[in-house]
Amino acid sequence: MSPGPRRRTLLLASLGALALPSLAACGVTRGDDAGSTRLRMMIPNSPGGGYDLTGRAAVRVMEDTEITSRFEVFNVIGAGGTVAMARLANERGNEDLMMAMGLGVVGATFTNKSQARVSGMTPLARLIQESEGVIVPADSPHKDIKSLIDAWKKDPRAVSIGGGSSPGGPDHLFPMEFAKAVDIDPREVNYITYDGGGDLLPALLGSKIQAGMSGLGEYAEQIKKGQVKVLATSGEERVPGIDAPTLKESDVDLTFINWRGILAPPGIPTARRDQLIGLLQQMHDSPEWQEALKLNNWTDAWMTGNEFGDFLTTQDERVETTLKELGLL
Amino acid sequence: MDNLNNLMDGFGAAITPTNLLFACVGVLLGTAVGVLPGIGPAMTVALLLPITYNVEPASAFIMFAGIYYGGMYGGSTTSILLNTPGESSSVITAIEGNKMAKAGRAAQALATAAFGSFIAGAIGTTLLTFFAPWIAVQAVKLGDPSYLAIMVLALIAVTAVLGSSKLRGFIGLFLGLAIGIVGIDSLTGQSRMIFGIPLLGDGIDIVVVAVAIFAIGEALWVAAFLRRRPQEIIPVGRPWMGKDDFKRSWKPWLRGTAFGFPFGAVPAGGAELPTFLSYVTERKLSKHPEEFGHGAIEGVAGPEAANNASAAGTLVPMLALGLPTNATAAIMLAAMMGYGIQPGPALFESESTLVWTLIASLFIGNFLLLVLNLPLAPLWAKLLQTPRPYLYAGILFFASLGALAVNLQWFDLALLLFFGLVGLGMRRFGVPVLPLIIGVILGPLVEERLRKTLLLSSGDWSGLVSEPTAIIVYAIIALGAIGMAVTGAVRGRKDTTTEVSA
Repeated sequence: MSPGPRRRTLLLASLGALALPSLAACGVTRGDDAGSTRLRMMIPNSPGGGYDLTGRAAVRVMEDTEITSRFEVFNVIGAGGTVAMARLANERGNEDLMMAMGLGVVGATFTNKSQARVSGMTPLARLIQESEGVIVPADSPHKDIKSLIDAWKKDPRAVSIGGGSSPGGPDHLFPMEFAKAVDIDPREVNYITYDGGGDLLPALLGSKIQAGMSGLGEYAEQIKKGQVKVLATSGEERVPGIDAPTLKESDVDLTFINWRGILAPPGIPTARRDQLIGLLQQMHDSPEWQEALKLNNWTDAWMTGNEFGDFLTTQDERVETTLKELGLL
Repeated sequence: MDNLNNLMDGFGAAITPTNLLFACVGVLLGTAVGVLPGIGPAMTVALLLPITYNVEPASAFIMFAGIYYGGMYGGSTTSILLNTPGESSSVITAIEGNKMAKAGRAAQALATAAFGSFIAGAIGTTLLTFFAPWIAVQAVKLGDPSYLAIMVLALIAVTAVLGSSKLRGFIGLFLGLAIGIVGIDSLTGQSRMIFGIPLLGDGIDIVVVAVAIFAIGEALWVAAFLRRRPQEIIPVGRPWMGKDDFKRSWKPWLRGTAFGFPFGAVPAGGAELPTFLSYVTERKLSKHPEEFGHGAIEGVAGPEAANNASAAGTLVPMLALGLPTNATAAIMLAAMMGYGIQPGPALFESESTLVWTLIASLFIGNFLLLVLNLPLAPLWAKLLQTPRPYLYAGILFFASLGALAVNLQWFDLALLLFFGLVGLGMRRFGVPVLPLIIGVILGPLVEERLRKTLLLSSGDWSGLVSEPTAIIVYAIIALGAIGMAVTGAVRGRKDTTTEVSA
């Protein structure tokens, strides 16, 4: 409908070029770009956000290792990624478009009652995952996860739980599923939305909430210093460097991971899909990507094609069930 | 004294030809993006993140700091000249600033904004230098009850700017509160007043509302009613600030700094609220209250100082706690992580050279901006001599470009035009704009804070006064109310006595 993003990128590119002429030139190196004239990566949130960091890191690795030639990144912001998802659905058959996304986008499509669901798109690859952590202030009376669960069961309303995402997002879905797993009615959970990890941290440091549920990446320093404590993590395995059991080890039957991956528009030929997956595979196998993972504290969660598609379908169902039980749908 | 030595070392590291060049590029870029509505410093820094792979940390941060401060300066320029604020923190500046420009005092308005920003930036950076770790520890003690109390205070202050007709003032305020409700409720995920349009899910950006009501509304008004009137020539006036201007500005600069810095330093402060509080304070304290609404220099000096001081304040939690409190700080933090520098309490010890270089570069950037902006003020002011049709066409183009640039959706243009029509209607019926703007800013904040406070206390109303700061603020409100009642009563009696004697 509109040639929009290109024009803006042009504007911004010229801005960037103003600053550093070398910048504009760094993506021009030619490589095997699988017959594509120009690939574009859509980011469903603002610059600096989680999907932005992941999407840009992936694109940079592909450009630097000459897997692809110039690869344009643009942000489509709105309603937790719903606006970008609608755009992806509208670009049916576009063979040169990818979109970075993750669990948060799955939830947003439901809370925003959008028809463009992740399971309706072409799955390319899941890239990374992160366990959620149950974090308490340093002066919390709860020394282990059992003690917190007991208090929570006794009076769910009295235990305020903070999270860095709005309803439907990972930090909201996790405590709800956690509650269900320990026989608490999710509707009784006293969940308080904070505007991302940066907003949640002061609430924990100041002991304003009883517990926070969030990815641990943003808190590494505070955990090391003992300013906040991690009581449990939500993944299949323990998180390296964090002295806390998994929920499974603590007799709670739940694993929950937050993940990010890459989609393509619906309706592209299988051959083209495999070609795009091939590009991502090359990127994944490069030492540059492994370095990016380490730099950002991301855990590899490589999964492609149909397997990733099945995973998306189960995620869609799981999120829908949880939100229905909460009366949000 | 240790800090002073560290700072001197920081200057030593910052003043190299390469770093100075990066500082210059940063402040120029920052001013440019501040002037252009729609592109903010956050996006600029994000787009320049890749340079961190090729450039030394110190140089990169010096440039980012220049962009950050430069954005604050640039935002005020368009606010004053064209009535189109580029950033939410310069919305309040437009109110008196543009009136000054229309009265031929654009150069003075720009100059007081530049000096105010410089002084606030310098004081803010000094406070940052010496007290950052201490302030950061105090700041996290503030929770939702305290923020709520401060916002209640601000909401009460709104009554001071309702204008001569209380009814019209309240109409403006409630319009603003209604606009503020639009979007997906962050606590329950319910969508409110979005009419099934997902693009409204994130709410309506205050900058779009302000630009539409100020600039588009005015352009429509001029086209509709002033078209046939002969062109008024905007007097050029003196190009520099006079003695009197300085005399009227220096106190607002300092008071604005006092408002801005603490708001920047606390995790959920922001830059909008202190600019507004500063404006209201200056209006109350001014010796020329009759000038407010017609271009009072205090109304530019205070808010401009406040928004720059807040920018400096924001770096306190970022450096001392690793806590980004706005988008630009978040991206600068991401850049630090990219260098493998872990921000947080230990940063001042573990990376002290970098921190002090950064702080020194803030001083340098701030100084460069003053040098850059002061001589430009009279030149910018000449822009207003453009004949009316071209000037307003330019403003319309500029405002539309800004609205479109954020997301490249035609919907944003429609929104801009819609609120432009609202602005036209408000002008026609004499509804003041300031209460509306405050409603848009404060409404959602007050609602969210109140609900969070009550959630935290499980619905117990005593939660409202569960923090010392909250109690103090409510006490100030109560004292103020009593004070006003007493002065009102005294004045009332005086009136009766005069009546009797007359």
